[in-house]
Amino acid sequence: MSERNTLPEIFESFADARKQGFLAAKAVKDAGKNLVGYYCTFTPVEVIMAAGAVPVGLCATSDETIPESEKVLPRNLCPLVKSSYGFAITDKCPYFYFSDLIVGETTCDGKKKMYELLEEVKPTHILQLPNEGKSQRSLDYFREEVQSFKERLEKEFNVSITNEDLKKAIRLKNRQRETLKEFYNLMSLTPPPVSGLDVHKALYGSEFKFDKEAQIAEMQALTKQIYETYRTEGSKVSETAPRILITGCPIAGATEKIITAIEENGGVVVTYENCFGTKAVEEMIDETLDPIDGIARKYLNTPCSVMSNNQDRLDKLSELITRFKVDGVVDVVLQACHTYNIEGFSVKRHVKEKHNLPYTALETDYASADAGQLKTRLGAFIEML
Amino acid sequence: MIYMGIDIGSVCAKGAIFHGDRLEKVMLPTGWNIKETANLLRSTLLAQAGARDAEVSSVVATGYGRVSIPYADKKVTEITCHARGAVYLNPNARTIVDIGGQDSKVISVDADGRVQDFVMNDKCAAGTGRFLQVMAHVLEVEVDELDQLARHDKAVTINAMCTVFAESEIISLLAQGTDKGAIAAGILSSISQRVQHLSSRISVQDQLIFTGGVSNSNVLRHMLSEKLKLEVHHHCDAQFAGAIGAALLAREICE
Repeated sequence: MSERNTLPEIFESFADARKQGFLAAKAVKDAGKNLVGYYCTFTPVEVIMAAGAVPVGLCATSDETIPESEKVLPRNLCPLVKSSYGFAITDKCPYFYFSDLIVGETTCDGKKKMYELLEEVKPTHILQLPNEGKSQRSLDYFREEVQSFKERLEKEFNVSITNEDLKKAIRLKNRQRETLKEFYNLMSLTPPPVSGLDVHKALYGSEFKFDKEAQIAEMQALTKQIYETYRTEGSKVSETAPRILITGCPIAGATEKIITAIEENGGVVVTYENCFGTKAVEEMIDETLDPIDGIARKYLNTPCSVMSNNQDRLDKLSELITRFKVDGVVDVVLQACHTYNIEGFSVKRHVKEKHNLPYTALETDYASADAGQLKTRLGAFIEML
Repeated sequence: MIYMGIDIGSVCAKGAIFHGDRLEKVMLPTGWNIKETANLLRSTLLAQAGARDAEVSSVVATGYGRVSIPYADKKVTEITCHARGAVYLNPNARTIVDIGGQDSKVISVDADGRVQDFVMNDKCAAGTGRFLQVMAHVLEVEVDELDQLARHDKAVTINAMCTVFAESEIISLLAQGTDKGAIAAGILSSISQRVQHLSSRISVQDQLIFTGGVSNSNVLRHMLSEKLKLEVHHHCDAQFAGAIGAALLAREICE
């Protein structure tokens, strides 16, 4: 376990926002807390919280570190995987830099092989995920994985995690999910009260607030304030703006270009069926179950394309289409993401046949080279609605 | 009342106006200064129609340069404009294959020229006019000479879809002493293959109209027709479909 709490040498070269990230993460370390960095929605953060440590999502959304990562990783690989690894080896991600332990998971092929290399940079715990989401044997297996994750944290941080610690973390995290849900459900209003980019920024930004209670309070205040403004002053978004659902690979940072292209062309993104949107938030942990069992069930139900099969994603899409009164679906695939790319066909069929809604798919990466084409393609899609 | 459509493509800039029942068209090379080209298009169109600037009621801009036209009332994507313009040129058109300088797209439309669905090439220039330009350069001919040069019955297979790789492939073929006509046919055939691939993801219905600068190639139209097992229609004004569509949309703004 590293006891690092000094800033990296390249700190001074960073822009202000990055510096703030470093200082915030350093403050956690200075307060004597352990920081656990993770990458994926499948990570049961409740266990980390129950260990008295602070969970934090790691940097993976900028092309800045991709050239460095390509010295090791193949070029024809998902930009998210390359970016993650690049940040890890360059001291450019404050959260990775200050993390005492990294959590990886066996989701896609690119990630699980990359984590093997990550282990050479920092202690990394790999959660072994089953491929089959819905079965008793998968659940039994994953329950054991959650249990060993708990034991690993106990050993790393020299603590003992009780059932009561876990239940407390579950209750807190469930409250946070309810708060986020209330916030993004505002977008079911007609017209939506704010832009989809605003919603994305608020959701994504909230990931980096370390004090969960403060995060909940801030989110509730924001929800209330937006609703009040909407009630008294109306919305800046047009009532006739086509309502778009974004689904697929995670989008943040570099790939916000997609949200921008939709909204600059007169559409509004009302919901995100992806990892920075609804994917982690929709399902609560059943507080009446044994905590390890409850945690394993919730996380195993994550409707990710790495699962075979993934009918849950289609069901969730149907529900979101109704809840947010969706006019069109945009499916985002990051370059070389086979699982989302292939699943796109089923999503297209589902959206077109079951809901009779227009669907379009985009394959993109973290470069800005396709910004013009994205604008044309998404512009035409919105003009079509 | 004059309704103007301006379509700034990556290679050619097209303008169309409806002046009463009359349709006027102008085409210029896009050049590097889009604003200047757009101004020249406007003045040339008006001169051709014998009309004054003040008579212009509305302007719709399209094409990749649409954002840089200061006098446009509205910007609309080339997909919407091509659909509208192609159905104006051929009311029976239900599928449009458009290959321009840097884009290729297949659009499915209804009888009113409204887009039902579309597919577009990814960011690379495979199977576009730019691809033809690079390949023609290697053969030391102009793009519009490829047609005459092509020996359809002897077409070689060009495997590479990437413009850069295809260029090396052609250089190797030339080095092996392969007939230029067979290579020219191979180049055109590889474009038709690309379009076939693109159109497999959309429902292609009769009649199909081929638009954009690349549609001027007779050989390519013939190849496309064989690949898609469908008659490929053309129109002498096919290259103006986007500008005409934009002018029609300009008229709609005022109605």
